Amino acid sequence: MPLTDVSGKATALYQARRSRQPIEPFTDADPDLGMADGYAIAQHLTSLLIADGDEVIGYKVGLTSKPMQQLIGVDQPDHGPVLKSTMYADGDAVSLASFIQPKIEAEIAFVLGTGLRGPGVTVIQARQAISGMTAAMEIVDSRIADWRIKLADTVADLASNGAVAVSSRLLPLDGLDPRLIGMALTRNGELVDTGAGAAALGDPVAVVAWLANTLGDMGGSLEPGHLIMTGALHAAVPMRSGDVFRAEFDRLGPVTVRVVD
Amino acid sequence: MTQPIDAAQLAARLTKARADRTAIGPLSAELPGFDLAAGYAVQRQLRSEAGPLAGWKLGVTSRAKQVQVGVTEPVRGFLAAANALDIGAPLQLAELIQPRAEPEIAFVIGADLAGPAVSSADVLAATYGVAVAIEILDSVYTDYRFAMADVVADNTSAGRYLVGPCVSASGIDLRLTGVVLGLNGEVAGTAAGAAALGHPAAAVAWLVRSLAADGEGLHAGNLVLSGGLTAAIDVKAGDVVTVTADRLGSLELACR
Repeated sequence: MPLTDVSGKATALYQARRSRQPIEPFTDADPDLGMADGYAIAQHLTSLLIADGDEVIGYKVGLTSKPMQQLIGVDQPDHGPVLKSTMYADGDAVSLASFIQPKIEAEIAFVLGTGLRGPGVTVIQARQAISGMTAAMEIVDSRIADWRIKLADTVADLASNGAVAVSSRLLPLDGLDPRLIGMALTRNGELVDTGAGAAALGDPVAVVAWLANTLGDMGGSLEPGHLIMTGALHAAVPMRSGDVFRAEFDRLGPVTVRVVD
Repeated sequence: MTQPIDAAQLAARLTKARADRTAIGPLSAELPGFDLAAGYAVQRQLRSEAGPLAGWKLGVTSRAKQVQVGVTEPVRGFLAAANALDIGAPLQLAELIQPRAEPEIAFVIGADLAGPAVSSADVLAATYGVAVAIEILDSVYTDYRFAMADVVADNTSAGRYLVGPCVSASGIDLRLTGVVLGLNGEVAGTAAGAAALGHPAAAVAWLVRSLAADGEGLHAGNLVLSGGLTAAIDVKAGDVVTVTADRLGSLELACR
């Protein structure tokens, strides 16, 4: 029975991030590696990145759709940190050289006005804690070769986080139902896909409650000002140099990412 | 060699298959040269036998589906008034062959509209209102395996349709209108209006231009289903289908 070797695996992922050389999935050699192992590795990896001067400014939640959960063989989402060094603004150029095998997803992002500490956080409490909603795109990436991920691999790899781009237009939720916010994603002016907020766990607000409760079980919490990426509204799209991706959300407006070498 | 087709005879075969609730093989597999024009000839025959018409519907309006089946344009069919479901009434599966549900945005046309150069803006100007809709597809062909000419002949798989209350389209960006398809309380798909040819009104504009080629057009009071926004889902007895569209409201359909 191999030891989990949390720090060794975290270091391997850390080096893969720095060198942009992917590694083989941990679950190849260690098929018993589970979700708890994944989060232990992720925590260690995050501390290595923070030691380099990075900062956790929020969380991304992944595996929020039934098709993705079925693909990975789970019945719940996973989460990873959003790192300050990976924040882009609307219209920014994003370089492929920063990633290994990036894909892009349009999502609704929330900013918290007050903190949330689980367990026991309800969707109503989550909604009350949210100060605003914004149009966002997430770039997912995997440090695991060819995206051959099982649950423990992607959890350890910070839920396959890459980068986020958010619009500066932050709207209060008053009277809006995030489940019904429609989104159209175009690449170079051509429609790629559409979706609505309900694609994320049925309700993006429920994603926040799930996140607060899951972090709470691990002794963590959500803080005021945290950015929460609530999960893709469509299937992730591979990125090529020269692509201009534009995700336009009803009421929230557009967010654009320009892909460069 | 292309054989001349007998639209009346083919329409009768489709009508009988439907009445018997027995799926058949695609017509194109047995009739060389059975093309889109032939498909529309069969559809016209069915339309002449369908009784009062409520309006029109579109099919293959998503780019992904067009690429998948190798076409660059949507297709159109007619809506028989007799196939409308009413709010609160269940879908009777015993009347259908292999029903599938999909969410759509419906247009109620307020003024006659015809011509070969009609645009989305013309459509919106002629629109009385829009509504959330559930279309029940029911292909006459086994397992929905067909060429485009077949599906056109089969009136674009039209089965039943349920349309919600009509609301004014003014101030609504239908391109971005969020739509959620639910099945038995779970999310089965989401989309925005753009899934229909980039904008539901663009899909209706295509319909008008397509009708113009046959010397036809839309009339005030016509209903138009602008195209499925998500992948269609199979429905069986006991299923409950819901469709919610932002600002347009919600529909719930029980399958018996």
